[in-house]
Formats: sequence, structure tokens, C-alpha cells
Amino acid sequence: MIYVAQVEQVSAPPIDWGAMAPLLVVLGAACVAVLVEAFLPRHQRWPVQVGLSIAALGLAGLTLGLYTGSEPAGMTTIGGALTVDQPTLFLWGTLLALGLGSVLLIADRSVEPGGAFVASAASRAAAGGPGDLTYAPTDPDRSYGSPDQAPTMQTEVFPFTLFALGGMMTFVAANDLLTMFIALEVLSLPLYLMCGLARRRRLLSQEAAVKYFLLGAFASAFFLYGLALIYGFAGSVRLTDIAIASAGSARSDTLLFAGFALLVVGLLFKGSVGPFHTWTPDVYQGAPTPVTAFMGACTKVAAFGAILRVLHVAFGLTRWEWRGVLWAVAIVSMVIGAVLGLTQTDIKRMVAYSSIAHAGFLLIGAMAITPQGVSATLFYLLAYGFTTLAVFAVISLVRTADGEATHLSQWAGLGKRSPLTAGTMAFLLLALAGIPLTSGFTAKFAVFAAGIADGMAPLVVIALVASAVAAFFYLRVIVLMYFSEPAADGPTVTVPGAFTTAAITLGVLLTLLLGIVPSLALDWASGGGFVG
Amino acid sequence: MTELPEVLPATGTASLAWLLFALPAFGALVLLIAGRRANRWGHLLGVATVAGAFVVGLLIFFDTLALDPDQRTRELSLFQWFAVGGLNVDFGLRIDPLSLTFVLLITGVGALIHLYSVGYMASDPGRRRFFGQLNLFVTAMLLLVLGNNFVMLYLGWEGVGLASYLLIGWYQDRPSAATAAKKAFLMNRIGDVGLAIAIFLLWTNLGTLQYTQVFARVGELSGGVLLAIGLLLLLGACGKSGQFPLQAWLPDAMEGPTPVSALIHAATMVTAGVYLIARTHAIYDLSVQGRLIVAIIGTITLLIGAVIGCAYDDIKKVLAYSTVSQIGYMFLAVGLGPAGYALGIFHLLTHGFFKAGLFLGAGSVMHAMHDEVDMRRFGGLARYLPVTFVTFGLGYLALIGFPFLSGYYSKDRIIEAAFAQEGWQGWVFGGLATLAAGLTAFYMTRLVLMTFFGERRWKQLQTADGQDYHPHESPAVMTIPMIVLALGSIGAGAVLSAVGLVDWLAPSVGELVEPEGVGAVPHAAVPWLVVAISALGVLIAWLTVGRHRVPVERPAHVSLPVRAARRDLYANAINETLIARPGIWLTRALVYFDNRGVDGLVNGLAAGLGGSSGRLRRLQTGFVRSYALSMLGGSVLVIGALLAVVLT
Repeated sequence: MIYVAQVEQVSAPPIDWGAMAPLLVVLGAACVAVLVEAFLPRHQRWPVQVGLSIAALGLAGLTLGLYTGSEPAGMTTIGGALTVDQPTLFLWGTLLALGLGSVLLIADRSVEPGGAFVASAASRAAAGGPGDLTYAPTDPDRSYGSPDQAPTMQTEVFPFTLFALGGMMTFVAANDLLTMFIALEVLSLPLYLMCGLARRRRLLSQEAAVKYFLLGAFASAFFLYGLALIYGFAGSVRLTDIAIASAGSARSDTLLFAGFALLVVGLLFKGSVGPFHTWTPDVYQGAPTPVTAFMGACTKVAAFGAILRVLHVAFGLTRWEWRGVLWAVAIVSMVIGAVLGLTQTDIKRMVAYSSIAHAGFLLIGAMAITPQGVSATLFYLLAYGFTTLAVFAVISLVRTADGEATHLSQWAGLGKRSPLTAGTMAFLLLALAGIPLTSGFTAKFAVFAAGIADGMAPLVVIALVASAVAAFFYLRVIVLMYFSEPAADGPTVTVPGAFTTAAITLGVLLTLLLGIVPSLALDWASGGGFVG
Repeated sequence: MTELPEVLPATGTASLAWLLFALPAFGALVLLIAGRRANRWGHLLGVATVAGAFVVGLLIFFDTLALDPDQRTRELSLFQWFAVGGLNVDFGLRIDPLSLTFVLLITGVGALIHLYSVGYMASDPGRRRFFGQLNLFVTAMLLLVLGNNFVMLYLGWEGVGLASYLLIGWYQDRPSAATAAKKAFLMNRIGDVGLAIAIFLLWTNLGTLQYTQVFARVGELSGGVLLAIGLLLLLGACGKSGQFPLQAWLPDAMEGPTPVSALIHAATMVTAGVYLIARTHAIYDLSVQGRLIVAIIGTITLLIGAVIGCAYDDIKKVLAYSTVSQIGYMFLAVGLGPAGYALGIFHLLTHGFFKAGLFLGAGSVMHAMHDEVDMRRFGGLARYLPVTFVTFGLGYLALIGFPFLSGYYSKDRIIEAAFAQEGWQGWVFGGLATLAAGLTAFYMTRLVLMTFFGERRWKQLQTADGQDYHPHESPAVMTIPMIVLALGSIGAGAVLSAVGLVDWLAPSVGELVEPEGVGAVPHAAVPWLVVAISALGVLIAWLTVGRHRVPVERPAHVSLPVRAARRDLYANAINETLIARPGIWLTRALVYFDNRGVDGLVNGLAAGLGGSSGRLRRLQTGFVRSYALSMLGGSVLVIGALLAVVLT
């Protein structure tokens, strides 16, 4: 007997395909990339994956451009799960451009023969000794094919990148907390894996991946717990409903703010804001440098995109309650980043601490619940993303026989040996320090101006002091490069291949361009506010 | 106060005025950017652009001449240069008799000297760059005199300063040239600061920097501000024109190539100070004390220059001190106010001709004598350099005020106007100016006698690199400009006097007030007196120099005044004691304070930060459990703090 249950007619929510196209292209390409991994022979995968990733990002950018060109009003789609409004479009554009730069870095095989990625993720540090610093004589790369064949790399990194990027794009567009949580996981899981893929220093890389995974899971739990409490308060996970509920109800504020605190902790973790930053230096150092670049640029954009949306849409009305606490968080982050950066000896760790300080600056912009705050923060993300991408790309060029020369002492006298590389690095470091004529200056200016306009002058003063302190360690690298005698057995600078060159050029040009004519991007960033 | 002329927009030919500075600017740009490719034709382009500017200047001059005198002041606004807050600065030109006079002087004499440089710099490998910098100078100088506001003036002022600095230091391999360039730059800087502060004062008090508006509203300024502005402008003028107390750089500037000395440090740039005071006469008209100080400065300088000129043996330095002295006459003239503005400009023009001619003559002598400048090694050159001798001689006669040559008309009228002042001023200014005229006759006669007459002392001497001297006349490209300038030395005074330069300038600097009544000395007697004193100077020179054998080595044991004059009347020593030494002490004190006070604070702070960084660093243990603990701690704090805020 067939028992027919009463099936509720589920009607599919209307979907605006035009608005969703960039996201769908990226996620679709990610699925295709998985199929490529499964069905293509190993030697064909690399060119196909690279072509597919670049084409997907280009196509997504094209659809985004077409959609933006039709001057859309912001709206929500798929039953209110996603919002495609002006900030979303800006963040998508930023993410796609930064993603393209990262893919170029990941795809480069000329800097490190065979690419920066291990051939098999399971291989540990080989039997070269207990240290994970030496290049193993029995290279695990060569376990595939004949020894004279060019070393291969793990091409799974391309679908990982696309999935992570798709997750990030969903993350910044999510209109309810549940979607946001799923997007958080979609972006995080590939990143955990990518961290462990470094070809050299296997143990360090795998350690970083495990740490990142454990702490990320911990933070996700916070986020989920906060989500649950807020649902208990508002009866909905939609950001606008939370805002309405918080505006006037007799329900317990404890529930709301405990939920808010937990939720924000989860988000701040992703943005590597102190004191939830502890994973950052280890992971930045251990991950393969192209992945570090991807994380440093794109994850920051995604995390702060989401923080902006949550703070503005859901918690804009209650800002007087939570702002004091976030002030403290911003100060802690800036102080930790600036002060701890002073004594770092590894350049990747140094940039990690710099990113913690920058997260504090960004938080100032995100806390300013004004249109100016939104546009300044968006602009900051764009500027910072490109500078960071280029910084890591340059770091990947300075090498010894054992791989990248990340110890600061190895950078001594680089200005004499390879003036172009040193000059590029010096320019990018000046941008991170916020010197005029670079995007770092205009971005800081915009964020600090927004902060002052929204009544956060004391915080801005602290931020200025912190950026002065942070300037020290950027300038120290420049002094080291130009005013120290080069070490006798110093690192060599690899001539970058076309991909890395393109990524560096992109980063440097945008850093310069946004420093000279910031209005290009600022106008776009201030095109419209959040819609929810 | 003189009536201000109505300012009309420039139309027709006058709207081409932008070509005046655009042509040399184009030349400078091409020559400085094109590099070696332009080596073959670069100098010709340099000459052509300046000559072209001269033609344009002539066209505009005749166009203006056809207008009524009260319509001759016109403005050409090219574009808005910048607008910041309430400050609106036009890139605009003022075309009036005063600026046109300067335009013709700058481009005319400039073109001749460019032509001369083609020959003079023929063997210099950097000739193209030289012409580029010379064109740059002409551009800046034209902007200086053509601008219709103080910012344009300042632009040109700094531009000529830069060109002057570059060209004084032209012979980079000589340390003395580098030092001289630096000295000129620094001393000019002192004056420039004065000019800048004067401009700031005008802006804060009047809110505008356009000449038309400033001059129309100077009456609103209080007496003190007016005097301050007048004195600061004078400081700027003193720096640029080598007037007391900033005169010491000008003689050293002769380290530059001789055409530079002729164009920049004799005919044009150093007269910018006179231009500045004549241009801002509306300010000085209202400030009697300001004018008096200008006249005093001028008198002191004309005397200093004449005295020192008597003691030097370096032919170019004598001419340089003569320039200092003659510009002193111009300052004295403009310091006399409405009775002298036009006379100052008159003397500036005639001086531009004969002094440029004299410098070119000196250059020609040096050209003939292996760049030797010591007159004690010359002698009897008249036979070898006939053209140089004749042109130089005419310039010499014009300078000492030989009747009916240029200097006679312009200098005598200044002395007349000085004597016509009331009270002690007439006696002091007129008397000292006459005395200096006698000294001028003395040192110039001495120069001519030692160079062109007497024993041929160079016959027994050798050049520094051990060759014999073979004096020879310069090529035509050098002598033609000398001849043209010599014609100017003869006729400029008479012609300008006859065609009424003074009336022509009236719309710009006001009608010339003729001296009334009887001043210190009867009006008609002044020319006789000056000629007599000058003749006395010539006679003394002949008696002391012409009739004796000139020693090749400079005598060491000389009287006190000569020793003082040889040391520039201790100007450098005074500068060093009063300015340089205290400056060094001040810097030392500041360095001490910086090292101990400021650096101590900064280093302490840095050490503190570094120490706390080292301690904080230990929190980053590398253990994931402690990371998780710190996250947990942070979360507890955030939650606790939020709830504490909300629940209280």
C-alpha cells in the first residue's frame, strides 16, 4: 500500500539570476574543477585548472560588471537569504580581483620549480634530518613519474581556492545568520587544507593547518552559539528582523548582547582582530606564501565585509551599548599588532602582526555607523588587499637554496643586489605604513575621518600613535634593505614568471593609483548603503 | 599719491604676450630634455627663441605705443592658476609701459648675449645645456616682469634665482664656482624670505595679491604695516640686486661664464630689485620712511661698490663692484619717490646696455688671454683687440658719464634729483653720489689703462699650463653683439631722453615730479660739477696708474684703505661674525638639545616599546591550547563587558 503523505507544496523562491551570476559562476567553476581533478590525467590538470580558474574569475567579473552597469537598486534574493546591494557588489568586485591575483600567484611555477605546493598533501618532512627547514634530498615530488620529469604540484588547490572564494562572496552577501554561518564554513574548510600544502617546511605547514583548523572550529562554535542566542531573542535569524526586534521589545537584553558578543567573537577571529588573532602569525608563516597572500587579502575582505553588514544592518540601533567594548577590542588589536610587530624576525610573521594592527584600524571604520564609515571601510579593504597581495608576492621572490628567505637578516643589503625588487618592497611597505601618495594613506585617512565624524576622536588618536609605532618595523625593513651591507651568502632574487609579475604589477599599480586618485574607488564605495 | 591707471583687457597683438615667455620656455624644455641629440643645433634654437620673443615684444610695444597713454595698461589673463580658500591666483600678464620696457631690455640684450655665447661657449662640451639654462633664465625673468600679481612675481623671482645658481656654478669642477653658487643662493634666500613675508602680509591685510587690487587698496593699510611691507620688499630687492647688506654674493658670482655675468649679473636679474620697488611704487608713495631707507641703502651701496672697485685687479670683479655701485644709484633714484622712479628705470636701461657691453668686452679679453682675469698680467692690448678696445672704450665712457653718452643723461639726472632733496638729504645723497661718480671714473680709467695701454706685461709671462699668450680678436659672432651694445652705449641715453622715456613710463610709475626751487646745489650747476669731479677721477687714475710701471705681482704693503677695500670692506668678515658664527652656535646648541632632550625621550620610548614587545611576545607560545585559552579569555571579557554595560 502506498501511503501518500500530505506533501506541502514548496514553491521555489524567486531568484534574480543576473545579480547572482558572479557567485554562481565561481561556485560552478569550483565544481567543474573537482571533476577535472577526478577525470583528467595528472599531467593535463595544471593547465586546465589554471585556465578554468582564470576564466571563471574573468567571467564572474564580467557578469558583475554587466550587472553593476545596469545600475541596480539593492535587493534581497533567494527568499531573503542573500542581499545584493552596493556594498555587496563592491566587495564582490574586490574579492574577484584579489582572487585573480591570488590565483596568479598560486599558478606560478617559475619561482619555485613546480609551484609552491606539495605534490601529495600527505607527505611529511622527508628523511633529510629532524629539521623541517632543509630541502629533502629524496624529494617526494619525484615519486610520481620519472625523476627527470618536471616536479608536479597538488592541483586541488585550484578548486579549493574557488570554493573558498565562493564562500567569501556568499559570506559578505548573506542576509541571515544561518547563510552566513554556512558561508563561513564553506570559506574556512578549503583554507584549512590549503595551509597544509606547502612544498617546503612540511611540518611547519601542517602544524599551521591543524592549529588553524582547531581554532577555527572553536571560533565557529562561538558564532553558532551566538546565533542560537540571538534567535532566542529575536525569533529570526534575518539581520533586519534582529534590528527590528532590538529596536523595541520587552525581551531580555542579556540574550541579545550575549548572543552579539559570541557572534562578534566568531567574526573577529576570521578578521584576525586581537585578542582573537593568535592563529594569525603561525598560519601566515606556515602556509605556502601564495595561500598566505590569498588569506591575508581575501579573508580579511570577507570577514570585514560580514562584520560591516552585521554591525550596520542588525546592530546599528544598539550601537551605544556595544561600541565601548569594540573600542577596547580595536585598541587591543592595534597595540598587539604594532608592539609585537617590533620584535619579529620573520618577515611573514611581521606582516601578520601588521595585519592585526590593520584589523584594528578597519574596526574603527566598521564601528562608524554612517555611510561614510561604510565607504571608508570598503575602500580600506580594497587598498589593503592589493598591497598585502603584492607584499607576499615579493616575499616569495627572495629565496635561498632552502626556499624562501623569510628571516629578516637575510634581507640585508637587498637594495644593492636587486634594486627593483627592493624598491617595490619599499614602496609597498610605505603603503602599509600609510605614507602619502600610496593607497595606505588615503585609506587610513578615510577611515580615521569617518571615525572622527562619528565621535571616536580619542580612538583615532590612539590609532595614529599605533600607526606611528607600526611604521617603525616597516621602515626597519627598508633600512635593512638599503643601508646594510649584503650578507655574503645572502638570498638570491628569483626572476618572477609572467603570473607573479602580473600579480605584483597589479598590486603595485593599484596601490599607487588609489593613493593618487582615490576618488576612483571611493566614489564607487560610497555609491549606496546596505539593503536588508 | 599718483593716479592709478585704468586696466583694460589685452586684445589684438597684445594677446600674443604669452608667446614672450612661452618661446624661451619651449627652448629651455627642448634643450634640457632632448639630450645629446640636440647638441648640433641646440644653441641656434636658444638664440632663435629669444630673438623671436624680442620680435613679439617689439610688435606689442608698437601696438601699445599707438594707444593713448591712459589706455596703455592692459592685462591678459591666461588661466586660473590655483584657488585655495579665499586665495585666487590668476596666471595673468600685465602689459604696461614698465613691463614692456623690461621685456625689450631682457629679450633684446638677452638675444645679443645668446648670440655672443655661441662663440664664447663654442668649445664647451655642455654648450647645449648652457643655452637651456640661459633660456630658462629668460623665461623666468619675463614671468617676473610680466606677472600681474605677486605670486607670479615670486615664481619668476625664484626662477631667476635658480637659473642664476645653476649658471654661477657652471664650471662644476672649480670649487670656487660651487662655493660662489652656494653663497649666491643662500644670500638670495635671505632676501626671498623678506619678499615672501611681504606677500603674506599683503594677503592677510588685503585678501588679494592682484596688482590692480593691491595698489588700489594700499590706502587701507595702517602706517606700521605699510612700513613693514616696504622694508620687507626692500630686503627682497637687496638680496636679488646685491645691495647693502647683502652685496657680498654678487662679485663672487663672476665665477660663472662671462655671458652669464653680462646678462644675469649686470643687465637684467640684478635689476629686478629696482623693478620691484618701481612696480610697488604705490606702497612706497605712502611710506616716506620706507622710501628714505631705500635711498639710504642705495647711497651706502653705491659708495661701497665704488670704493672696493678701486682696489681689485680682477677685471670681472671690478666690473661686478661697478654693477653693485650703479644699482646703488638706481636704488637711490627710486628711493627719491615720484621724483626718481622713472630716472631709476632710465639708468637701469642705459646701464643694461653699457654694462653688458663692458662684460662682453671683458669676456672677449679673457677669450684672447686664456681666461686670464688678472689685469696686472694684461697691458697694451688695444693693438691686438681693436674691436674689443673700441667697444669697451665706448662702454667705459658711457659709464663714467662722458658728456652726451648714455651714462651722462641717466646718472646726472639722478644726482640732480638727489641734490634737489630738502635739508640734509640733498647734501648727503647728492654729495656722496657725486663723490662716487669721481671714484667710478677713477677705477674704470685704471681698468682701461691696465688692460689696453702701457707695457705688454704678458709678453714675459706664461699661462698656467706653460704656454705663451697669443692675444687675438674674437670671432664675428662675438664682436657683433659688442658693436650693437656699444652703439647703445653711445646713443641710448640721448635717444631715450629725446623720445620721452619718462613720459612713456608715466602710466606705470607716475608722472615724474621735477625738482622745484633750489636744493642743495643749483640745478644748472650739477652737470658741471659731476663732469668736473669725474674728470678729476680720470686725471688721478692717469697720474697714479698710467704714468707708472704696473707691477705684475700685486703689492703686499699698501695703505689701510686699500687693504680694507681689497677685503671687500670686510663684508664677508662681518657676515661671518654676525650671522654665520651665531648660526653655527645656535645649531650646535640645538643639536645638543636634540641629542640629549628629544632623542633621549624618543629612545627611551622606543626602548620601552621594544621591551614590552619582547615580554608580550612570550604569550605567543606556539601551543594551540594557550591560543584557545587566550581566545576564551578575550571572549569572556567581551561578553562580561557587554553585559555589564547593558545590565547596569
